[in-house]
Amino acid sequence: MNKVGRSEVRVDGFDKASGRTKYYEDRIPAGALYVRIKHAEIAHAMVRSIDTSTAEAIPGVVKVLTCFDVPDLPFPTAGHPWSMDPGHQDVADRHLLNRHVRYWGDDVAVVIAENEVAANQGVRALKVEYDPLPFVLDVQKAMEPGAPQLHERFPGNILKHTDLRKGDYQAAIREPGLIKVEGWYDTPTVQHCHIENHGCFAYEENGRIVVVSSTQIPHIIRRVVGQALGRPWADIEIIKPYIGGGFGNKQDALYEPLCAWCTTQVGGRCVRLDCSREETFVSNRVRHAIRFHIVTWLRKDGVIAARKVECFSNQGAYASHGHSIVAKAMGSFPQHYPCDNMECDAWTVFTNRPAAGAMRGYGMPQASFADESNIEDCARALGMDSYEFRKKNIMPQGFHDGFSGNTNYYDSYRQCMAKGAAYIDYERKKKEFSHDTGDIRRGIGVATFWYNTAVYPISLETSSNRMQLNLDGTVTFQCGETEIGQGADTAYAQMVAEAVGLKSYRDVHVKSCQDTDITPTGLGAYASRQTYVAGFSIRQTADILRGKILERACQETRQAVGNMDIVDGMIVRKNDDAPLMSLKELAMTAQYDPVHSQHITAESTYTIRNNAYSFGCTFAEVEVDIPLCKVTVKNIVNVHDCGKLINPALAEAQVHGGMSMAIGYGLSEQLIFDEKTGKPLNGNLLDYKLSTFMDHPHLEAEFVENAEPTSPFGTKALGEPPACSGAPAIRNAILDATGVAIDRTPINPHVLFAEFTKAGLIHDDWREEE
Amino acid sequence: MYDMKALYEAESVQDAIRLRLEHPEAQIIAGGSDVLVQMREGKRSGKELISIYMIDALRGVSLDEEENLRIGSLTSFSHITRDPLIQKYCNVLGEAVDQVGSPQIRNIGTIGGNTCNGVTSADSASTLHAYEAIVELTGKDGVRRIPIHDFYIRAGQVDIRPDEIQTAILIPKASYENTFGHYIKYGMRNAMEIATLGCSVNVRLSADRGTIQRCRIAYGVAGPVPMRCPTAEATANGQRPSGELAGRFARAVIDDINPRDSWRASKAFRQHIAVEMAKRALTRAVELAGGEMA
Repeated sequence: MNKVGRSEVRVDGFDKASGRTKYYEDRIPAGALYVRIKHAEIAHAMVRSIDTSTAEAIPGVVKVLTCFDVPDLPFPTAGHPWSMDPGHQDVADRHLLNRHVRYWGDDVAVVIAENEVAANQGVRALKVEYDPLPFVLDVQKAMEPGAPQLHERFPGNILKHTDLRKGDYQAAIREPGLIKVEGWYDTPTVQHCHIENHGCFAYEENGRIVVVSSTQIPHIIRRVVGQALGRPWADIEIIKPYIGGGFGNKQDALYEPLCAWCTTQVGGRCVRLDCSREETFVSNRVRHAIRFHIVTWLRKDGVIAARKVECFSNQGAYASHGHSIVAKAMGSFPQHYPCDNMECDAWTVFTNRPAAGAMRGYGMPQASFADESNIEDCARALGMDSYEFRKKNIMPQGFHDGFSGNTNYYDSYRQCMAKGAAYIDYERKKKEFSHDTGDIRRGIGVATFWYNTAVYPISLETSSNRMQLNLDGTVTFQCGETEIGQGADTAYAQMVAEAVGLKSYRDVHVKSCQDTDITPTGLGAYASRQTYVAGFSIRQTADILRGKILERACQETRQAVGNMDIVDGMIVRKNDDAPLMSLKELAMTAQYDPVHSQHITAESTYTIRNNAYSFGCTFAEVEVDIPLCKVTVKNIVNVHDCGKLINPALAEAQVHGGMSMAIGYGLSEQLIFDEKTGKPLNGNLLDYKLSTFMDHPHLEAEFVENAEPTSPFGTKALGEPPACSGAPAIRNAILDATGVAIDRTPINPHVLFAEFTKAGLIHDDWREEE
Repeated sequence: MYDMKALYEAESVQDAIRLRLEHPEAQIIAGGSDVLVQMREGKRSGKELISIYMIDALRGVSLDEEENLRIGSLTSFSHITRDPLIQKYCNVLGEAVDQVGSPQIRNIGTIGGNTCNGVTSADSASTLHAYEAIVELTGKDGVRRIPIHDFYIRAGQVDIRPDEIQTAILIPKASYENTFGHYIKYGMRNAMEIATLGCSVNVRLSADRGTIQRCRIAYGVAGPVPMRCPTAEATANGQRPSGELAGRFARAVIDDINPRDSWRASKAFRQHIAVEMAKRALTRAVELAGGEMA
């Protein structure tokens, strides 16, 4: 293999760097109407009435539609593959606009206008009357008897509860001499903050509805729009152009159904719906805030005897991806640090917060924070070095998980940790930093994460693609796994060049834009699956295409099919490597044959019934300014075993982005809500403290390249894993520096002020005088 | 697309004054980094604007005949930071405004806008207070000069009369001469940030550098408008610089400041960092002045 494993320039690099790439907004036809949404300014209520008269009188306003106008067709929004098993289908709890307002920011009406100013004026002119209801923001409070109820179908606000049992926890903890390490670990509500806000436009064409959307999942969106509008799914055509990131927010039907419905209400005219950044923060999706309760029982020799894990996931107002996220989080515990006796429970609970959906890591940044905080505390309770404690207890080579069928083929964790420790100079610095006693103290922390690549066996894993041999010997390639900025198209080009036998990845033209009328059905971009799952179908379709090419070559060259190969764009004889004809000559000859003209294409679908572990770690070095309650990350390294790298430069970039998100998750990011009203307080890029590159040190990305045996290209997940272990590594480094264990993120100056005061590290005498 | 009723472009100061009188409801706009954000949020939507941005006479830094530093109100933050006169006489101001937002904002944002916005968190405000800057306003009857302390009336409101625009900010020679200052901005991240607290300290040392002749300290976000700390200043004036003095000086600011509790930061937290910042800013200012903390 020589086309993969190379740091090729992105296939879309020149256009993106020179500003030519077209996003949905660049494709909107002139004259499109503006749809702007009226969001509820109350956390929980029934809409009593909406006075639209003032809005309708504004020049330029074309139509006002309210929650009283929409069809009563509840639909699900999660970007999951459809399931033929009704028991496995996503919860259908959404309407296009809502009479029952379930969070501050819920959608109650839209104004459609000729221009943006009139649409915004119209929204401000709507007078909404509410019958207020009590609201609840916290998971534990939402589970209490008598708590405000969000959905009739889900008493007690519990969307779902599942558990895992292994051995006999209750019996195991009676063993004499065990050390108990217990903690509550809190993770915050955060938002994806992709650069391009979600938006879309829709129009009718020949009786069907076309929606062009900034989404990760065009084929799934087609189904959801069909469901929401009560139309046959094939009545809907979804076009997905280049998008400016998604990180999971766009792995959900956001406003495509509403936009599609709006065009049907204005005679099929093109309507555009563009989210502002403020709407993106509150009225799209957020990451689940999950609270964990972990009790670990240790033997004095450092063996984990038993463990209890409770996970409480804050779903917000609507089901979206629902229980899948916390289920994945919970499922990691028995595998990450295997132990004979475990009792795990997970609850997903509705509250009056923005709906939580998929976000990079899908439960693992939360689980990793809780697990790795508790494991750190375990090591310290035993007086062991935490790196040594991890080496002793973490998943061993050969571990097999019966449910997913995953096997830990290599000793990935220990290999990754060894590499990380060497980079950061763990042993020496650990010793050196232990002498720090002043206002400024340094510390070093480690954390690992568990991950698996795709969604098998929980959901369908399928990938289809089409390859067309062009007359110049290049190949045009289409698949349903989308480019969302991660570089998937470049990886596909390299894999296709490899699998077909082309001279260069530049000889593959990846049709980046998916159109559900044309593109072979795929599931889009989510989990960390695109390169892994597309690899199976690329290998398969390439084999079909190669078969057709060689059959034709057999006619043209009279050589046996089995005696020929395709190497660097040439058909060669295997015996002596003699070049027989180029792919260009073959394509031209086949196409323009006056008797047997042939257009050489191949298309296939591969059902992937595999999954693959993808593990790694973070080592972080911090400097803590105790009086100023400030943490500076001085040095940080992520090490990943994601199998063979298809494109090392892109892999490194993927890791950098994830590390940046992890630093923000650990130190600064959090969407906060007013306890008195439920109003989100900081849903903008000034007050929501997304970390900037001024807050990062050099981000070091390293790899352990153990070939994944299930993948035709030896590769596996790298999309989400980089975002998982950074926050707990920073938390553990702060603990190392100061002796203060902080069991929540973000560990911002407010939290440090409270914790350092409690720990006696800072003391403000004037506070006693006041 | 901004929801504005009309935009009037002033070509000169006199033209701006005329437009102010003709359109009393209109909002003055310079770089627009505050006004347009507010307009987008709907707070000033549908309003008339008078743009003074094209009046080049209001740009630049100079020394007047009395050698006072004169900063034209439309001078951008990035120009202030790079200006040789600022660097020579009041470098701390250049450093302070270099911490505003992002490079783009520092190119478009002006010191006049920063002060006329009337917010306590403005990065220029604490240093201008600590240097007892003079605000120059020009109206139909001519020029009016007032101390910056009096310019701030309350949060979001400054003393500009209906016929006036702010034309310059002056730093008197007596204020900057032999004086060295340091500004510390406390934020929750290192860029794109609004100050949780801003602290600016400057000192003038005796010729032998053994005594602090004059110490001035001002904060942003320690109250509804930027403020000086007379109690703390009195503690330091005439004293020999030392770590012990820095501690006492810093502790004294608690008697001067009045930060509030908000979801952005608690009062207790702001008080805590105010003390630490005062200590560090004084120490650094003394060092810059060539002194030593005994």
